Amino acid sequence: MLEFFETITGIPAPLLFGQLLLGLINGAFYAMLSLGLAVIFGLLNIINFTHGSQFMMGAFVAWMLLAWAGIGYWGALVLAPLIVGATGVVIERLMISRLYKLDHLYGLLLTFGIGLMIEGYFRNEFGSSGLPYRIPAELSGAWDLGFMFMPVYRGWVVVFALATCLATWLVIEKTRLGAYLRAATENAPLVQAFGVNVPRMITLTYGAGVGLAALAGVLAAPIYSVNPQMGTNLIIVVFAVVVIGGMGSILGSVITGFSLGVIEGLTKVFWPEASAVVIFVIMAIVLLARPAGLFGRA
Amino acid sequence: MLNRRSVLAAGTAAALLPAPLSRARAQAATIRLGVMSDMSGPYRDATGPGSVVMTQAAIAEFGNRGFAVELLQADHQNKPDVGANLARQWFDQGVDAILDVPTSSVALAINQIAREKNKVFLNSGAATSDLTGAQCSPNTVHWTYDTWMLAKGTGAAIVRTGGDSWYFITADYAFGHALQRDTTRFVEAAGGRVLGAARYPFPATTDFSAFVLQAQSSRAKVLGMANASTDTVNTIKAAREFGLHRSMKLAALLMGLVDVHALGLESGQGLLLTESFYWDLNDRTRALTARVRRANQDRPPAMVQAGCYGAALHYLKAVADMGAAAAKADGRAAVARMKAMPTDDDAFGPGSIRADGRKLHPVFLFEVKSPAESRGPWDYYKVAATTPGEDAFRPLTEGGCSLVRS
Repeated sequence: MLEFFETITGIPAPLLFGQLLLGLINGAFYAMLSLGLAVIFGLLNIINFTHGSQFMMGAFVAWMLLAWAGIGYWGALVLAPLIVGATGVVIERLMISRLYKLDHLYGLLLTFGIGLMIEGYFRNEFGSSGLPYRIPAELSGAWDLGFMFMPVYRGWVVVFALATCLATWLVIEKTRLGAYLRAATENAPLVQAFGVNVPRMITLTYGAGVGLAALAGVLAAPIYSVNPQMGTNLIIVVFAVVVIGGMGSILGSVITGFSLGVIEGLTKVFWPEASAVVIFVIMAIVLLARPAGLFGRA
Repeated sequence: MLNRRSVLAAGTAAALLPAPLSRARAQAATIRLGVMSDMSGPYRDATGPGSVVMTQAAIAEFGNRGFAVELLQADHQNKPDVGANLARQWFDQGVDAILDVPTSSVALAINQIAREKNKVFLNSGAATSDLTGAQCSPNTVHWTYDTWMLAKGTGAAIVRTGGDSWYFITADYAFGHALQRDTTRFVEAAGGRVLGAARYPFPATTDFSAFVLQAQSSRAKVLGMANASTDTVNTIKAAREFGLHRSMKLAALLMGLVDVHALGLESGQGLLLTESFYWDLNDRTRALTARVRRANQDRPPAMVQAGCYGAALHYLKAVADMGAAAAKADGRAAVARMKAMPTDDDAFGPGSIRADGRKLHPVFLFEVKSPAESRGPWDYYKVAATTPGEDAFRPLTEGGCSLVRS
């Protein structure tokens, strides 16, 4: 089997499997970030361009909790999403909520501007070169899989991201709260007429979407350098993932996130220079063939 | 009747009249220095505001010797067009010398403009050795470091310790290619081999584990990182995570104090890197650091920032030597005077400037300390080797600079 792969691809099998696994890990980040975007777009009809900055804030809050309050990784995993989610609630109440009646484009511009300001603020306060954040002792070390060296922490990221995606999907599809959310997406005035506080639900949904971004930020902190531009690099790819999966489709964004991570990983084996472009090529093809995305409703 | 045109004409006539002597002297007696740097991008911490602080320190140390010194600053955003426009504007407004300018593409653009306008360009932040090679200029001094010196410093040192087969992870743009090329030359000259390279898209890459895995399967002994700042930090982190450092030596070809700070000593320990300045080298560097630390956001100066201090101080000494009016009138003459005078400052010690504009000073190979060895914040390096300036930089005759008569 392994030899067969090697002969048809000319790539050593260990390298190929290693890259597939890495693609899955990157896909976990894509999935978590695009999940938050999908939830927000589904209910608020806002294309949240602040998402990258909120991902970055999650990583920074984790660092601050450790450096200033002595709270480690596990505490940050709970607290950072809550703190960053709360800032999201404030942003939604003060600014985004005023734009619901207008075209999508206004929300996009507003959130893009807020994102730039947040990034600029962190760059001014903490500099551009980044801050160190260590992998928690419980998750350090690596497994020897034979074909590659698998860091325990990366395995944890995949498992945790899958669990988070599954939990979010269950909440939205299988609970009463989720039912309200889905109903409000279809027809907000009607749901409000039944006595549901729709504006509050919208605010909390935005907070939750932002919290998901921050959670991904905490997961990323030990792997990447914690620096103000860490979200900018990732967010463009994540938007492509959302477009390919279909705006607002939760299951679609999760599946697309993981599979595009794998496709990107394979590209790195065969043609590394193209690895930044491959996702956008797929996006262009999908947009031409199925403008609503692979899992979206037309 | 007084209309706008006549007022303008009168103004022009007044300007043409010989100005009162005191005013003329006051104007000639102000030397204007402009620090142009990356104030908002990836190189901000290693250059940027710290370069302004260090230039200010040079002005303060120089004191008042018969002329005033004015300091301006600007952000070139790492874009050659922005930098070139700013430079033209500054030179036309009476700026005499532009300092720092990290990012090789921007530096090469300003190198041309300074020559065209006969002003002075004191580069500290850019890496390309072309500034004193094919594109050398009588108006430019390249002070702190360059790609050739980095390749020799780190590359050759690692080959000597037995690292004779290399695999590169390279930023896919001019700087990365140049660094890989220069290092390859040293590796091959020492009898080593390059087994391959992964060129990753810049700046769109955050995860380096895929390239680390490729390096691992190449079975080379050394991983050469032909990249900079955050990319280098993320490459090293990935290499540590995937256990690459157990089978390969890591060679960070361009890495500085702020990068080590960002990486943390836990992941950084044992790395070899090349710099021409470190704050804790000797009594003079420590005294300099103590003077500027508060103004520099409680950080010791980084190498490029120290270079701005050294270059500004030496330029001001040359101006004092030849007279401010003469220095303002002829940038080429000011640079020639800088080359004629020996240099000496607290950051780099005694040194000299070569005919091609290359500043010569000792270059150090540092080893990053382990957390146990470090005695406090920013105590990161120990000296592994010292190379005198004459041997550390590219020989004068090999650069292809037209200012050098063979």
